[in-house]
Amino acid sequence: MSATTPLLTRRLALAGLGAALAAPAFRPSFAQAAPIKIGVLHSLSGTMAISETALRDTVLMMVEWANSRGGVLGRRLEAVVVDPASNWPLFAEKARELLQVHKVDVTFGCWTSVSRKSVLPVFEELNGLLFYPVQYEGEEESKNIFYTGAAPNQQAIPAVEYLMSEDGGAARRIALLGTDYVYPRTTNRILRGFLNSKGITNADIMEEYTPFGHSDWQGIVARVKRFAGEGKKTAIVSTINGDANVPFYRELGNQGIKAEDIPCVAFSVGEEELAGIDTKPLVGHLAAWNYFMSSPGAANTEFKQLWQAYIKNPKRVTNDPMEATYTGFRMWMQAAAKAGTTAVDAVTPALIGQKLMAPCGYEEEMLPNHHLSKPVLIGEVEANGQFNIVWKTPNAVKAENWSPFIPENANRRR
Amino acid sequence: MKRSLLGFLLVLLLALPASAQDHLATALTGLGDGFGQTAEAVERLGALGDPRAIPLLRALQDGTLRRTPAGTVLLPDDTDAMTGAKADAAGAEGVRINNRVRQVLRGALGRLQLVSPDAVERLAAAEAVFRTPGLENVPLLQAALARETVPRIRAQLELALAASQLRADDPAGKRDAIARLGTAATTEARALLIEARIVNPELATAINVSIAAIEQRLQLRRIAETLFQGLSLGSVLLLAALGLAVTFGVMGVINMAHGEFVMLGAYATFMVQELCRGIPWLAPWALPLAVPAAFLLTAAAGALLERGLIRHLYGRPLETLLMTFGVGMILQQAVRLAFGAQNREVISPAWMQGTLLLPGGIAVTQNRLWIIVFGIAVLLVVVAAIRFTRFGLEMRAVVQNRRIAATMGIRTGRVDAMTFAFGSGLAGLAGVALSQIDNVSPNLGTGYIIDSFMVVVFGGVGSLAGTLVGALTLGVVNKMLEPYAGAVLAKVFVLVAIMLFIQRRPRGLFALKGRAAES
Repeated sequence: MSATTPLLTRRLALAGLGAALAAPAFRPSFAQAAPIKIGVLHSLSGTMAISETALRDTVLMMVEWANSRGGVLGRRLEAVVVDPASNWPLFAEKARELLQVHKVDVTFGCWTSVSRKSVLPVFEELNGLLFYPVQYEGEEESKNIFYTGAAPNQQAIPAVEYLMSEDGGAARRIALLGTDYVYPRTTNRILRGFLNSKGITNADIMEEYTPFGHSDWQGIVARVKRFAGEGKKTAIVSTINGDANVPFYRELGNQGIKAEDIPCVAFSVGEEELAGIDTKPLVGHLAAWNYFMSSPGAANTEFKQLWQAYIKNPKRVTNDPMEATYTGFRMWMQAAAKAGTTAVDAVTPALIGQKLMAPCGYEEEMLPNHHLSKPVLIGEVEANGQFNIVWKTPNAVKAENWSPFIPENANRRR
Repeated sequence: MKRSLLGFLLVLLLALPASAQDHLATALTGLGDGFGQTAEAVERLGALGDPRAIPLLRALQDGTLRRTPAGTVLLPDDTDAMTGAKADAAGAEGVRINNRVRQVLRGALGRLQLVSPDAVERLAAAEAVFRTPGLENVPLLQAALARETVPRIRAQLELALAASQLRADDPAGKRDAIARLGTAATTEARALLIEARIVNPELATAINVSIAAIEQRLQLRRIAETLFQGLSLGSVLLLAALGLAVTFGVMGVINMAHGEFVMLGAYATFMVQELCRGIPWLAPWALPLAVPAAFLLTAAAGALLERGLIRHLYGRPLETLLMTFGVGMILQQAVRLAFGAQNREVISPAWMQGTLLLPGGIAVTQNRLWIIVFGIAVLLVVVAAIRFTRFGLEMRAVVQNRRIAATMGIRTGRVDAMTFAFGSGLAGLAGVALSQIDNVSPNLGTGYIIDSFMVVVFGGVGSLAGTLVGALTLGVVNKMLEPYAGAVLAKVFVLVAIMLFIQRRPRGLFALKGRAAES
């Protein structure tokens, strides 16, 4: 520590000097060109606000960050924020407003797959550019959308493989619990195909769906307990989304389901969602993501400092979709610089092959299928609401957005 | 046999000072290298039978055990786990564990604590050993059984012994074990028997008899638990609907902001909790204190809404509906601006966490149990307030005939405001209860408004008994359908059933009779 301190201060001093010299030069260049408009399409109210508000703040943070570094192509960035209010048809209307009224150059937005499916035709019709930052069920590809979250082979399948491994508790019976919409249903269909291919029969798979915002979990948790009492080690795979997770985990704790007995791995629960729960009874339950706030590395430290300084709260957490937003934003900046313009038709080809040392500690690359290569990390909940990374892939995994475990995809060219 | 084993344990204990260090040292190798190695080290520590391993394993379980770069294992107070001497903690890092280690840890700690002087620890140990069966447990459990006098712990020890004996080669012991497990009434015992049936096909008939006995007990318990879940959902519905039974049922005001009053009550609970947080002796009382606070806050908000807006719209139900809907949205957004869109954490007090075992092994969650009690208490208060207080009398008088009530000297405007405030205050009380089972978020109320209207309409507008019976019926029916239809479809079925019912009996279960009801 003592050896690096003077170095740091020297670098800081140099940076400060550079900024002081550069500052007068930036201002006139900002004033000359029209700003680049960045659309932000995240729910700030309704059931998804718990997850999506932090993503709006992340985009705003990146806009400020980019402007402090001279903007993109010498032009200032300007964010246009709209609120689709967790209302899926409203997403399409707001997307149209962003593209036609505000004429945004690029949009960052959506969380649920149903909202993405709602805006997809709008972005294709008006030739917009959308960065979608959340893990999802795959089975989609659009020339106007870049998917910076995980595909099923980068999250769901490795997580279930882990549960079935010796370290994960060698589960042979799986309860699939999810919210009732396209992402959980498609993911569970893929998982069922995968489990069947591993010799787990349908008698050993339980599947249940609940509406958004469901709060009375007593019956379902009791049924999972009963399902687990029929021999064979059982695990829960949760694709429950939004704030329904809080009463779900509370019920797990109250009914005394310990991670040693029935581990529960979640695909949509991160640090931000855990912030509203007392995590002590949940220690050991799992989550699979491509980034955890506890990921080691300098890129993550920089990301966390940037966020906590921007939000002016040293206790605010970061999570996977925020990291995916950050990565997507920086790749878009790199691509726009490479293309020399923000025109969608020029930026899209320039995005393919962009590389970035992401906060997760791995180098990620934008693949021709508009998805990223990402590492897979599995973490156990700790008493302080953070995740203890218990398993990770040695390298970044390439995304397969068309799952081989869905029979209809057999003839598709991958 | 048993005595000689005890003697052996004693000798082991006495011999400790001399050889304990190298025993522990060999057992400790690998601890903290990786999850697999840590698990193996824990297993070795558990098999040693050295009581000095207990603080070490406990620290590991709590995540407070650390290891220095040189490999010394440190307890939380910076002492060397092997020598007990103070050690240099520079550069020490926590030893991390995962579920596999946790599972082994539970078994190891259980084996070590079977002879603990503390009865609570012994019971927990017996349960832990039951969950981690193995041949090596048999002598330990037999020794513990020989000393144990507490019946409840004995029963658990016998089950644990049976679970471990299932793995032995001795056929007579196995048969005993199968019969013993058949007297249990837990899904865990059934799971053990199902696993044993696969390994021992020759014992299948005996195993099937035991499984059938367990199933029968479980079946009864399942019915009781479903009933409890239904009552619990019913009590939540009752709490949410009681306020509406007053404002809509008695006054006839369609208050779409009712859900938002519930939400305000939940936020009041949160605020009381935050106020009490700084004062240690007050903190455990935050929830009881929140009850009057939430009532007063939402009652004040209700009175303000009635005097400010609703009274100008009496007799215009459609306008009232739209206006209160707007007020609801304003309240939601106001709370979102004040507290943020994120959910707020309301901590459950210790007496509301975990599960309570009723006689017969029926497991009920504490928070739900308390909410049922609270729901009944609030209902009694409402009945008493309407029946026995002057306010209740005036309220009934105004509802029955406003003009005559006014000529008798009752200030009807004031009674209207009080009634609406009372109904809103009840919504606030529902918010206190919901903060314990649902998210304290700005849209908390939207999930309950439809259900509340459903309960009031189904039970019969203007009838408290109808609200009670309606809420409990809907709760129990919903929970009975859920295992077959799933959570989504069960709700759909209930809604369809209510629609059909309302077609047949438009005034609900308990229809009011008489001239006042007709108008």
